Amino acid sequence: MPNNTVIEELRLEHITKRFPGVLACDDISLSVGKHEVLALVGENGAGKTTLMNIVMGLYQADEGSMFINGEKVSFKSPNDAFAYGIGMVHQQYMLVPNMTVLENIALGMKDSWHFTVDLSSVRKRIEEISDHYGLKVDPDAFVWQLSVGEQQRVELVKTLCLGAKFLILDEPTSALTPQETDELIVLLKNMSRELSIIFISHKLNEVKALSDKVSILRHGRVVFNGRTADYSPSEIAALMTGHEVEIASNNSEKTKGKDVLVIENLVVKSDRGFNALDGFNLTVKEGEIVGLAGVSGNGQRELAEAINGIRKTESGKIIFYGEEIQNLTPNGVIKKGMGYIPEERNTEGIVPSMSIKENIILKDSDGRFSSHHILKNKEIEKYASTLRESYDIRSPHIFVAAGSLSGGNIQKVILAREIDRNPKFLVCVYPIRGLDMGAAEFIHRLLLDLRNKGVGILLISEELEEIMNLSDRIAVIFKGKNQKMMDAKEATTDKLGILMAGVNDED
Amino acid sequence: MKINHKIIFKVSVILAAVLVALLVGAIMILATGESVFKTYSIIITMPFSNFRTFSEVLVRMIPLTIIALGICVSSRCGINNIGAEGQMAMGIIATTAVAFVVAPLPRFIAIPIAVLVGAIAGGIWGFIPGILKAKLDVSELLSTVMLNYAAAQFYAFMIRVPLIDPNEKTGTPMSARLPESTVLHKLFKGAAVHQGIFLALVLALIVYILLWKTSWGYKMRASGARQRAAKYGGINVSKYLIIAMIISGACAGMAGSVELMGNQGRAMEGITGGYGFSGIVVALFGGLHPAGIIPAAFFFGILLYAQVNLQILTSVPPNLVEALQGLIILIIVAVQMILSNQYLEEKFRKKFFSKKEA
Amino acid sequence: MDLILNTLTLTIRFSVALMIASMGEMFNQKAGIFNLGCEGIMTMGAFLGLLIPFSYGGAGSVPFGINLLGLLSGAAAGALMGLLFGIIVITFRAPQGIAGIGLQMFGVGLAGTLFRSYIGGSQSITGITAYPIPVLSKIPVVGQILFTHNPIIYICYALVPLAWFIIYKTPWGMKVRAVGTHPRAADSLGINVSRVRYQSLALGGAMAGFAGAFLTLCQAKMFTAEIINGRGFIAVALVYFGQWHPVKIFLGALLFTFAQVLQTQIQIFVPSFQYYEFLTMLPYILVIVVLAFNKESNKLGPAALGKPFNREMRI
Repeated sequence: MPNNTVIEELRLEHITKRFPGVLACDDISLSVGKHEVLALVGENGAGKTTLMNIVMGLYQADEGSMFINGEKVSFKSPNDAFAYGIGMVHQQYMLVPNMTVLENIALGMKDSWHFTVDLSSVRKRIEEISDHYGLKVDPDAFVWQLSVGEQQRVELVKTLCLGAKFLILDEPTSALTPQETDELIVLLKNMSRELSIIFISHKLNEVKALSDKVSILRHGRVVFNGRTADYSPSEIAALMTGHEVEIASNNSEKTKGKDVLVIENLVVKSDRGFNALDGFNLTVKEGEIVGLAGVSGNGQRELAEAINGIRKTESGKIIFYGEEIQNLTPNGVIKKGMGYIPEERNTEGIVPSMSIKENIILKDSDGRFSSHHILKNKEIEKYASTLRESYDIRSPHIFVAAGSLSGGNIQKVILAREIDRNPKFLVCVYPIRGLDMGAAEFIHRLLLDLRNKGVGILLISEELEEIMNLSDRIAVIFKGKNQKMMDAKEATTDKLGILMAGVNDED
Repeated sequence: MKINHKIIFKVSVILAAVLVALLVGAIMILATGESVFKTYSIIITMPFSNFRTFSEVLVRMIPLTIIALGICVSSRCGINNIGAEGQMAMGIIATTAVAFVVAPLPRFIAIPIAVLVGAIAGGIWGFIPGILKAKLDVSELLSTVMLNYAAAQFYAFMIRVPLIDPNEKTGTPMSARLPESTVLHKLFKGAAVHQGIFLALVLALIVYILLWKTSWGYKMRASGARQRAAKYGGINVSKYLIIAMIISGACAGMAGSVELMGNQGRAMEGITGGYGFSGIVVALFGGLHPAGIIPAAFFFGILLYAQVNLQILTSVPPNLVEALQGLIILIIVAVQMILSNQYLEEKFRKKFFSKKEA
Repeated sequence: MDLILNTLTLTIRFSVALMIASMGEMFNQKAGIFNLGCEGIMTMGAFLGLLIPFSYGGAGSVPFGINLLGLLSGAAAGALMGLLFGIIVITFRAPQGIAGIGLQMFGVGLAGTLFRSYIGGSQSITGITAYPIPVLSKIPVVGQILFTHNPIIYICYALVPLAWFIIYKTPWGMKVRAVGTHPRAADSLGINVSRVRYQSLALGGAMAGFAGAFLTLCQAKMFTAEIINGRGFIAVALVYFGQWHPVKIFLGALLFTFAQVLQTQIQIFVPSFQYYEFLTMLPYILVIVVLAFNKESNKLGPAALGKPFNREMRI
């Protein structure tokens, strides 16, 4: 009877999961014991969430198996995982916004389903759980009325109401304020006396504070397993970012150019309506790379979109070569000479169903590549072929759909287009995320060349190695504010890590 | 052998789809109590029995092609125009009204004006859902359908009251015959096909050039293929959405003018005859490309002509053709999703090619 | 006075088909499926509504049970068509708008084909006749408006609170709402998203088919392939108008039927009025105007409406 099973040990062996074109999990093995807390760390796209979805029965592994107390199990649906008392709080909360907290929890509690939904039994269960763990929730509030922190509490209560004794938390603090984060850490620490927990995180101080064991994933593979107590945060940070990528470094002397991009007190709302940027300030000079470090979700996306006219700003200024460009149209910003390497290279940076040739002219179909609106096909083909060569885009020819290329080659298409338009400035978001070594190196060299030509670059990244090697100056973003601006020479992984975690010693 | 299994996958999916369509069609024919073989052979062979019957197919091809070209533009830009029926009706009524005004002018002036006015009327009827979509986020699926019904009523009113044939004593709602200077001539004596076919072919070329050779078309296609990337690239997606709907409506309006001026000769009830919806099928079947739309229009011209023959020669009701068209839409959209589904392709590969790969 | 009285009486009687179809579409949309094929399903239902009673007794009056069988066969055909739509848009994840047009053409064409083959030309039937409730129907004005209808109509009106109850109080309704708003959340709780969507399509289809059969049996008393005449599309639009709430949809159905009945009554009572097509146009224009000024309320709709669910699609 799985219902009464106490999980003494959950073990994954040789789990492999492929998506078309992507190897998400590559031969992953790990284990968690009773009342143990395992931290699963790694950059975005390393395969952590996919792995946990396999544990929950949401995805089926292509290879490998899972064992509970030494017995092989196979979960076809989350119901199977619930039956063993395993529950997961997903990074994007799985709450139906136009239903009440009570209904959201009843949605999972199938024993409350009779002719009508027995909401009073659900309410009782919520009260029990709330009292036991000190998690206060208002059962009658609609989810859309709740703050992010409150929603997270609801998620925890929901998972516990479903009988979870083994908790999986996917980046539980990524959307929380520092205060909420602290409360959660204390709470989880208490819970870990009764429960087993796997939690996914970027933030080393949390990993240190909470976990017994740590596993580091990179490119779908486990690169490190160990006991948390044996390592310092900076050691873990080093393991997390890794050294396998040979990163071109910025050795040349800093040029003393004029300020070309000045951001003053910028306030921008996120899709969910809170201030993703909250009085953000930043200056980038001509011919320098400013690296913006930070855990993703702290306003980076909104910043890049606001600069490029894709997102409206609430207040503050973006001054580009002396002109205010906030709230221009995207085309208006492009015409001022801005280049942009977007975060979502597959869905935003290219039109996937169009050919390389057509993607190369995305921003210039009405400019140099047409006369009287008639496209100059010969010229476009010649140009695209030249770029394919000089940017080393690996494809049979320029007529293949850009979406069918590998991530690295898609990124090269975007860079070719953006750089060859001779921009006056480049905003570059997670340029090498998920790319292999060769492509990453190539892209870094392109960025350095561009800088040496006098173009200012804002480099937004989570990879500290990348930032420290490429940048002239480094800023750290946290909760929509610029934590600190420093010279690249002063920066160390430790220092940046602390700032990224929201601790600012100068405060 | 990666390419091999991909091609085999695609071919088998398409073959299976054709088989399903024929099979369901056969079941429907059986349900009417008619011989399946006889029905299919009438549909296929009748149009080719002589030039007159062949030209009956061609005459149906004309509005089908023009409407489908318009739908091709809007669909490529990412907006579904299912209001061609109404846009066509508006084109017919506007052309009828203007035909009597321009009648004294010479043909080479009167005809372009009449067609242009039809295009403008259809374009306005396409502009409304376009701007509603771009500015107020109104579903074009609903607004275009509603405008079809509104146009049908307006049309009925126009031929019943202001434009009614003054010589018609029974009160049948229809306009007078168009004046000679606005009639498109038949190409051959005794065959229905008329000069409008040239307009259809020229429009096909124009739409091809617009979509694939100009920066406007490029921007429309980019907007339709991935709106987010188009916005990133500085393209004013709303603007092109509206333009695409205007073009789409103008095409349908023109199709109405040409059908009126070349085939029907006067505005009367039922003149649009479902062309607006058949045009959607043609556009989809033609792969949203003019080069595909022309043969697709020919194919569906055969089907529409079969409505006449089936009624005379078999006990199969003409409504069967509409059911078949609906079925074909359902199959096409499903097949497109299967073909682009990498998971299914992967499964297919594992099932039939795993030995070779391993 | 007769104009107003007739209009109100007929509004009560004629709004039923629109209301039931719209309520069915609401179940589809609540589960995240935009079923534009409602028109085709209704036409099939309308045909089946005629088939059994006509085969049994021709134009004459037939036992109530046979008529009821007509209604139920319409519902059954509708459910089957809903499931067919499910295969296309749920299993194959085809774009729902264009697939809906395919379903509409398929349904209208098939109903017309079968009608011509099995019944022939347009035939009228007795259908289900009105049954004035004793005593109550004698109340002046109100009696005629409310209590002179056939029994099916009262049952149909009872569906409004029932639909509300199903959506907001039963476990299935809760699943439907979850699946249409946040399918991933439902999936993460072990709810089979596709199954719930198929179920809602079957229910919605059955209701649309029933509405079609009702139209032939209780309203038109005959069948043609054009009998639905856009009601299916209006039913879809009414769901937006009613902001996905059964009671508001019901009021919307009353309003639109009122507009439609009023224009036919004006034609009868004011024969000198020349512009009745413009009156007929009004409900359609009204739909567009309502949609245009309803921008904010679109946000109230099921957030996943029209979006195929694919668990392994990586975002």
